[in-house]
Amino acid sequence: MASETDTTAGIEDGVRRRDFINIAAVSFAGVGAAAVVLPLVNQMNPSADVLALSSTEIDISAIQSGQAIKTSWRKQPVFVRNLTPVEIAEAKKVPLGDLRDPQTIDERTKPGKENWLITLGVCTHLGCVPLGAAEGENRGDFGGYFCPCHGSHYDTAARIRKGPAPKNLVVPPYEFNSDTVVTIG
Amino acid sequence: MSFPWAKNYEPQQPLMKWLDEKLPLPRLVYNAIGAGYPVPRNLNYFWNFGVLAGVALVIQIVTGIVLAMHYAANAGVAFNSVEHIMRDVNAGWFIRYAHMNGASMFFIVVYLHIFRGLYYGSYKAPREMVWLLGVVIFLLMMATAFMGYVLPWGQMSFWGAQVITGFFSAIPVVGDPIRVWLLGGFAPDNAALNRFFSLHYLLPFVIAGVIILHIWALHIPGSSNPTGIEVKDEQDTVPFHPYYTAKDGFGVGVFLLIFVALTFFSPNLLGHPDNYIQANPLSTPAHIVPEWYFWPFYAILRAFTFNFLWIDAKLWGVIAMFAAIALLFFLPWLDSSPVKSSNYRPLYRIFFWILMADIVLLAVCGMKPAEQPWVIFSQIGAAYYFAHFLIILPIVSRIERPLPMPNSITEAVLAKHADTSSAATA
Ligand code: HEM
Ligand code: FES
Repeated sequence: MASETDTTAGIEDGVRRRDFINIAAVSFAGVGAAAVVLPLVNQMNPSADVLALSSTEIDISAIQSGQAIKTSWRKQPVFVRNLTPVEIAEAKKVPLGDLRDPQTIDERTKPGKENWLITLGVCTHLGCVPLGAAEGENRGDFGGYFCPCHGSHYDTAARIRKGPAPKNLVVPPYEFNSDTVVTIG
Repeated sequence: MSFPWAKNYEPQQPLMKWLDEKLPLPRLVYNAIGAGYPVPRNLNYFWNFGVLAGVALVIQIVTGIVLAMHYAANAGVAFNSVEHIMRDVNAGWFIRYAHMNGASMFFIVVYLHIFRGLYYGSYKAPREMVWLLGVVIFLLMMATAFMGYVLPWGQMSFWGAQVITGFFSAIPVVGDPIRVWLLGGFAPDNAALNRFFSLHYLLPFVIAGVIILHIWALHIPGSSNPTGIEVKDEQDTVPFHPYYTAKDGFGVGVFLLIFVALTFFSPNLLGHPDNYIQANPLSTPAHIVPEWYFWPFYAILRAFTFNFLWIDAKLWGVIAMFAAIALLFFLPWLDSSPVKSSNYRPLYRIFFWILMADIVLLAVCGMKPAEQPWVIFSQIGAAYYFAHFLIILPIVSRIERPLPMPNSITEAVLAKHADTSSAATA
């Protein structure tokens, strides 16, 4: 007798007990499932040891004007280039309106150290290492870097000028510890 | 499902009777690929490729599981472990070459299987679901092959992983975090290699599951055939076994001959020498090129070299590449012609062959470096590819006058037979 009549119990306030229990149970299970998915998704993010590689110190004393070196930070290549005065002048000549990702060379270097151009060696298109850091490599139509993968040309301030890449080569966070030592990261 | 005249499974031996009552597995096989499945009597050899794709999957799973017994998914030793398979493991070279070339053979037969569907209109009602599941299998295969190619940790492996995960960074705002999340780092490394191995092991079994759905969906209306006319009565069909088990068996023989010729005589024909150089995160090979089966899509990706509307070139390329495949999901509704087979569609048939030529052109562009004239060719090729599906096909299917069609499969077969026998007597 009880079960038959009890289904209408509590109907006065417009909520049937069974509906309430149903919704509560399913929501509870849903919250539980979401709580389990969270660590399953998050485990894919960089682990602590990968993040721990986050700063690198480099000695730049041996880099002559007009030369560049390749080093690495967080497992990504980094270019350190000692720009010549001609290269700096060339970069300054370009009107910002001509740039896909407008930035001046001053915004891309440290004050008083504008000959030191430090960027990631990761093409902003799909991530190849552009050519131009080593002696004799193709430096593209604008005298900076050239990415052979899909043909992106960067200028002497490593700004994108031609090809499919959307952005300038990224300038990582870095500090000069002294005139000859830089810490990246 | 199936036709009313399909033969019934009647086990003779007591053991089979006992089994049939407890777990009707033999019955399932009998009704799926045995005498209990009636199939149009006029299938040509293009209908072999589904079975061949299944054979290729089995070959990949068997050789893959054996490779996994010797392979080590660690960025420090992966490359050397593959060399160890090649030089030290007994018959290791054979198993690896079989797996490498097996992947290519798998794509060859699947592409032919897809082109068969395009030519004979197999994607149309009542087989839309079969087609949709097929496109899902194709996507899963591409993901599996991509991740497998990363495992040997050579230069192409590494830079392929870098470029392909780079696609995701094209997504505005969340793109970079997604890429880092996929890789488990800022560049491909140990974390990425391990998860790719885990998924490369898993996905083929997911593919096997989707294949079961694909065949299940197929067996509701039954196979189509080169005339595209639906089965009307019993004389239009023959039982799958022994007729098509025999025909497919012959096809498997030819497939295996080509496969072993490739594996034994030129195992590296379809590969890239750069992948025998260990991954070097600081230097990209001069020409990075994906495996041949990705070339047409790679060409579409690179066709966008300019910003357009408010979207930049990079995002356009990625959207276009994914859209080129996603488009196939809409095909059953883009082609409104009730006639399935191109044999009776004089206009569509021409455009089908132009599309094939276009895909070959795109493949060549995808293989070449990103320089002129290949850039402009890939732009033309990509534009035509989309125009075929979105403009030409809907128009052709409205204005075309199909050729007169026979009333039934049997009539078509007998007419053809009469032709050839009168030609023989003449
Ligand atoms: C859909 C089916 C599959 C496809 C298309 C496929 C494709 C590939 C490809 C293209 C490679 C790179 C070959 C090379 O250049 O060396 C590869 C490697 C590998 N695959 Fe698969 N595979 C499949 C199934 C499997 C399965 C089921 C396993 C089982 C664990 C497996 C295990 C491996 C291993 C261990 C390697 C690395 C060894 C090597 O590079 O030869 N694969 N796979
Ligand atoms: S990755 Fe540099 S141009 Fe595509």
